[in-house]
Amino acid sequence: MSTFQIDFGESKKQIIGIDLGTTNSLVAYQGLTGPEIIPGEDGDRLVPSVVSITRDGKVVVGNEARKMLITDPDRTVYSVKRLMGRGLEDVREELKLFPFHIADGSESVIQLQLGEKTFTPPQISAEILRQLKRNAEAFLGEEVTQAVVTVPAYFNDAQRQATKDAGRIAGLEILRLVNEPTAASLAYGLDKRKEGTVAVYDLGGGTFDISILRIHDGIFEVLATNGDTHLGGDDIDNLLLRIALEDIQSEWGEDLSANGEAVQTLRRAVIDAKEKLSFVPGSVIELAYKGKTYARQITRDLFDKLITEIVNRTLLPCRECIKDAGVTVDEIVEVVMVGGSTRIPLVRKAVEGLFLSKPHTELNPDEVVALGAAIQAGILSGDVADQLLLDVTPLSLGIETMGGVVSKLIHRNSTIPASATETFTTSVEGQRNVLINVLQGERELVKDCRPLARFELRDLDPLPAGMARIEVRFLIDANGILNVTARDARTGKEQSVDVKPSYGLTDDQVEAMIRESYEKAEEDFKERQVREMRVEADAILAAVDKAKQSDAFFELEEEERKAIDLTINELLVVYHSDDHHLIHSYVDKLNKVTMKLAENMMNTAVRGALKGTKI
Amino acid sequence: MLPSLASDYFQFFGLPPKLNLDPDELQRRFYELSKLLHPDRYQRKSAEEKRYSEEATALLNDAYRVLKDPLQRAEYVLRQAGFEIGEQRSKDVPPELLEEVFELNMALEEMREGDSSARPQLEQARDKFHAMRDEIDARLKNLFVLYDAAPERERLGEIRSVLNRRRYIRNLVNDVEKELQ
Repeated sequence: MSTFQIDFGESKKQIIGIDLGTTNSLVAYQGLTGPEIIPGEDGDRLVPSVVSITRDGKVVVGNEARKMLITDPDRTVYSVKRLMGRGLEDVREELKLFPFHIADGSESVIQLQLGEKTFTPPQISAEILRQLKRNAEAFLGEEVTQAVVTVPAYFNDAQRQATKDAGRIAGLEILRLVNEPTAASLAYGLDKRKEGTVAVYDLGGGTFDISILRIHDGIFEVLATNGDTHLGGDDIDNLLLRIALEDIQSEWGEDLSANGEAVQTLRRAVIDAKEKLSFVPGSVIELAYKGKTYARQITRDLFDKLITEIVNRTLLPCRECIKDAGVTVDEIVEVVMVGGSTRIPLVRKAVEGLFLSKPHTELNPDEVVALGAAIQAGILSGDVADQLLLDVTPLSLGIETMGGVVSKLIHRNSTIPASATETFTTSVEGQRNVLINVLQGERELVKDCRPLARFELRDLDPLPAGMARIEVRFLIDANGILNVTARDARTGKEQSVDVKPSYGLTDDQVEAMIRESYEKAEEDFKERQVREMRVEADAILAAVDKAKQSDAFFELEEEERKAIDLTINELLVVYHSDDHHLIHSYVDKLNKVTMKLAENMMNTAVRGALKGTKI
Repeated sequence: MLPSLASDYFQFFGLPPKLNLDPDELQRRFYELSKLLHPDRYQRKSAEEKRYSEEATALLNDAYRVLKDPLQRAEYVLRQAGFEIGEQRSKDVPPELLEEVFELNMALEEMREGDSSARPQLEQARDKFHAMRDEIDARLKNLFVLYDAAPERERLGEIRSVLNRRRYIRNLVNDVEKELQ
């Protein structure tokens, strides 16, 4: 094949857009007429971000898994996005509210216990990605290997890295991480008349983002972003759940909170009640469990009072974002609402109160991010040529200096890619290593910022103290992920940099997980081959069984008949082995020893046919 | 061969090294260059071209960030001309502000100790410093025009000392505002 054809084939491959959400995930692609959501096998456009491991080790994702949340709560996990790129310390509070089963040995990387096995959050997310990939492949009728995946704008480096790791484990190359509100703005901007400064308010299941953009001539320039990666619909669910559990305890005199099945059933009831309240003024939280029933009326008025504090927590990031963007409220021509939680009337009211204009709710808040991801995929493939995203980094990046103080190198809301260069030297004669502690956050002191990674400059030439001059370049790429390179300013030589991420997986760990997933894919493949071979064996066994009733069988020599019976017996034994080659060889053998039988049958049939023919 | 990148921010934008720039023109060029250089446009290209695009866009963004802000732009011009731009230490109080700053620090101390009677004084100080800052900005603007008309080194020295004073006052305002919140 000529190079030209290879290039052509490559460039035609579809890049999919994925919204990897806390509650639901979606996959979309850029079609000829615009972005389109790809439905799952069950026809649903939303794939619940729930993963379950069945007793025989099968991975189940989506609506099926959501059912298992109630029947098999110990083998099922939801809202895993909350744990991505996090350390155990970060999620202590979450663990009180979520039924995550943390396995031993989670100090450096969180391990979730699902049944007999443990999984890291990126591995769970990889299962969701794999499902979306399968859905896309079934729908498009071709292999899909590349994707654009969205992340909350306020995700830090570790959370972004963890998302990229999930892609690698799933065998999906993530070409670009796009911030969710920015992706949404692309879908909103499909209408070419849209120009000016807009705000995107994105309140999802687990995260909150606010971004302010300037849209001009196809350029979507993010001016500022802010948010909270632990604020969303989940918090409302947990609040209602806690109230209902206490209510039930006082009514039934029974504490259900340790009962996984009951809690998950109640959680479902709470979510149903919450969702109804966006459309009707009152609903009921209902639970029927082991012959007992619970029903609590809840009016929207009361609901609003309960969630006021949660909704108000979104307003401070909004105000800061407006300030950082350097715009006034009057300059913002529209507020685009994204995320399922923006269906809540109180949320809309709060947004309207702050931005002094009616929020834009024409787009489906569940789908707009995935559609935007598909458009971004189109931009990367070259199919969409008239739009371009200019995004920013949500958090400042700095290094530790004397006295535990952070010296900021790249400020938050800098357009990415962004870079900074800093020169380092040694403090001791003959020093060979320099350790650079990189942090992310807005505070002044190291202890108040989030450690991102430690970079070690190694094998420096031994020199008197202060003589070495190592230029270190910090580059935040278009995905919002930090890359560090170093150069000896005296010699111009590249300097090796060792990275020790403070959170998340090392490269080796990711590699191991990829290998494991290959092995698993191999296992799956092997199993399928065995199953297919058994189907073949079934077919030939049934055919031979039928032939044995015919005259043709008795026309065979006794030796031949014996050989057939023996082979049937052998095949029935190997049938239950896990080796498809073995089954295959006996299917072959049976084919061979019944060759004459088949011929006889054919002849009989021909004779019969001739007999039936009047000449 | 990929064109080599101009390391001078003004050159990168194809603009003369002026302290007063038309922000609309700067933005127009920024968007134009972004469309040309952004990594999103190089996804299907070779590794070398991708790297080039990333480097070029990082430089473009860094340059735009500096040039679009008049103060950062002036500091950049000063640095390019060989002036040292360091953080003004708090001990280097401009002499004409000595008395003012002394009283202010007393008031700040009182506030920190929970004595809110210093609040009116702080509010007064804040308003006064705001006015000073506005005055300085007007003066800078003037100096920028003069420099652009006749780019002389002496003028840059003058700009530097005004910038230092501005930074000093900005820090004071920040301290006061933090205490008043």
